Amino acid sequence: MAYEDQFVNSGAAGETEYNSQAEVNEAEATADAYVVENYAKEAYEHKSSLNDEQIKQLSKKRISKGELKRQSVLLIIGAIFVLYGILFYYLPLAGWIMAFQNFKLKTGLLHSKFVGFDKFKFMFEFDTFEYALETSGNIFSAFKTWINNVVFVRTIRNTIGMGALNLVTTFIMAIVFAILLNEVKNKLGKRLVQTISYLPHFLSWIIVCGIIHDSLSSTGIINDVLRFFHIVDDSYNFFAHPAWFWPIVAFSNVWKETGWNAIIYLAAITAIDPSLYEAAEIDGAGRWGKIRYITLPSISPTIVILLVMNIGFLLNAGFEVQYLLGNGLVQDVSQTIDIYVLNWGVGQTDYSLGTAAGIFKSVVAILLIVISNSVVKKLGQESLF
Amino acid sequence: MKMKKDEFALNYGGSHGQEKELSAEEVKALKRMAHKHTKRMDAWGWAFVICNTIFLVLFTIVTLYPVLNTVAYSFNDGLDAVRGGIYLWPRKFSVESYSKVLNIQGFLVGAKITVLRTLLGTFTSLIANALLAFIISRKRFLFRSSLSLFWVITMYVNGGMIPVMLLYKYLHLTGSFWVYIVPGMVSAFNVMVLRTYMEDLPMELEESAQLDGAGYITIFIKIISPLCKPVYATIALFVAVWQWNSWFDAMLYNRMKSEYTTLQYELMKLLNSVMQQSGSANGNNTTTTSKQVTPVSVRSAATVVTMVPIICIYPFLQRYFVTGLTIGGVKG
Repeated sequence: MAYEDQFVNSGAAGETEYNSQAEVNEAEATADAYVVENYAKEAYEHKSSLNDEQIKQLSKKRISKGELKRQSVLLIIGAIFVLYGILFYYLPLAGWIMAFQNFKLKTGLLHSKFVGFDKFKFMFEFDTFEYALETSGNIFSAFKTWINNVVFVRTIRNTIGMGALNLVTTFIMAIVFAILLNEVKNKLGKRLVQTISYLPHFLSWIIVCGIIHDSLSSTGIINDVLRFFHIVDDSYNFFAHPAWFWPIVAFSNVWKETGWNAIIYLAAITAIDPSLYEAAEIDGAGRWGKIRYITLPSISPTIVILLVMNIGFLLNAGFEVQYLLGNGLVQDVSQTIDIYVLNWGVGQTDYSLGTAAGIFKSVVAILLIVISNSVVKKLGQESLF
Repeated sequence: MKMKKDEFALNYGGSHGQEKELSAEEVKALKRMAHKHTKRMDAWGWAFVICNTIFLVLFTIVTLYPVLNTVAYSFNDGLDAVRGGIYLWPRKFSVESYSKVLNIQGFLVGAKITVLRTLLGTFTSLIANALLAFIISRKRFLFRSSLSLFWVITMYVNGGMIPVMLLYKYLHLTGSFWVYIVPGMVSAFNVMVLRTYMEDLPMELEESAQLDGAGYITIFIKIISPLCKPVYATIALFVAVWQWNSWFDAMLYNRMKSEYTTLQYELMKLLNSVMQQSGSANGNNTTTTSKQVTPVSVRSAATVVTMVPIICIYPFLQRYFVTGLTIGGVKG
């Protein structure tokens, strides 16, 4: 908020000045420019006596007067962007208050009844856990009962489980694909395969889920193949068995994103100094040796940075596929936090509960980012922030 | 003295005769070694090449087959298609499904809205992102780092679905076309990609323009933007694909307003009826209950209509998204 005030004030002040004395400003700007130029010359001539930082400081000091007026236009536009950002990104954060209220549209944010952590208690049903712990006395079995009986805890398990599975499979596939594609010597073939590999990324999740569904349906290719090899006699319904749901979701992600994710790795591989490979060759390294000792270590910084970024967004990945491919029979393993929010917050219009679930997700996401970032720092890699 | 001279010559390639002799011998030895080397590696090398080729061909087939299969189904006769068993080529050719798709009322409206939101959304979003990136990338701008931090935070923290939905309701964005355009106009990720690119441009360009008396707006339009064409194309592509493919906003905010439906949402309604059915106890035979469900050929035709525009465009924009991803992914 403080920033906003600063922006608005200085922006507005700048504007009036700019409008009223536009001509004067222009003249001043030219004069100022002359000073700057002179200063640059001076700095250049005395290079031996002044270091870079001093030059910078001096030039900054000289610039600030006229430059501030020139910057007024930047300030105005910047202020507009700050207002926009506050409205669409920061204002919804104030809505987090809803999670601690019994929010009703009629009474609004200010007059709804305050209920404390009731909504969170309702979501987690700690009583179930405590009761199970008391009756069984075993923390693991109590945990199991808790997950099996409480919907929200199950959605947390599903979100993190599927997120991690997707992350691992898409990561490994993208790296393997990039390395193997890089080994292709035929330029035309390489280009063709790469172009085709991007294709699924440009399809919407609706189309991808439709395609995956059709392929796995009773008349789809997978069942045709299974029948052809007599692995099954009657077609197998993949969507009626909870055990298949997570692998299907992981495969959908791999199918859609492998080629796209490989782009960065391919770029990183192309940037490797060819002389390293020549040196390895002279030392007697074969294809595997070169991949193992040159390619992989060279792209490992890229891998680590992307891994950290993606761990932060792990919880965000669990919505569209699960929503589109999930059904009544597999809902125990298919529902994620976002679907929970949608069901309760939009479907049942319990805005407070939906917000509470959303807050939990945001907090976990931020924790994940901070943890993974500090791990990377410990490992001595370049960190994100 | 002579020794020294010779040494000098040897080190710096001055005496050609001697070096040539030596190197020729060395080259011969090296060639022999290399030949032996490659010969020894040949068996493994070939095995690798064969395995690699098989893997990549399989990968390509797995990627391409479902798409081609959908196209084949869409061109097949509707009743015949229900039997299944169509692979890469239609069994009974017919374009009836396409005329059926175009006769679905929501589909035409959805197509119009989708085209409109893609064009307008891409245009406004590109301008907004570029302008913000330009401001943040000015090295002398006073609030440079604070403004940048302000936007980076939005990448990681958001209010969540429900508060955002209520906000749009209060702003009367719900139930209007503008909900597709206004809220998603600035994306911090795209801004960071643009900023990285702009920061790499030489500072002297801006300085010389300033000496000529150009203001920041002029610098943005006349100097920075023409140099940023490749990265603008990248961002435009990202935004356009996102706009074209999004369906959730149509479902959440404009469910009741059929005049603002989108192509993807209409497709989702068609496909979802089938997907939900697989979950029913006797989901194996979709044929017996195919009455409420849209026939497979019509679904396929709708899918093809929805994906064709993007499939036609993306191969030509490859180099743009490759550069954009490399900037954004590694440095972003």
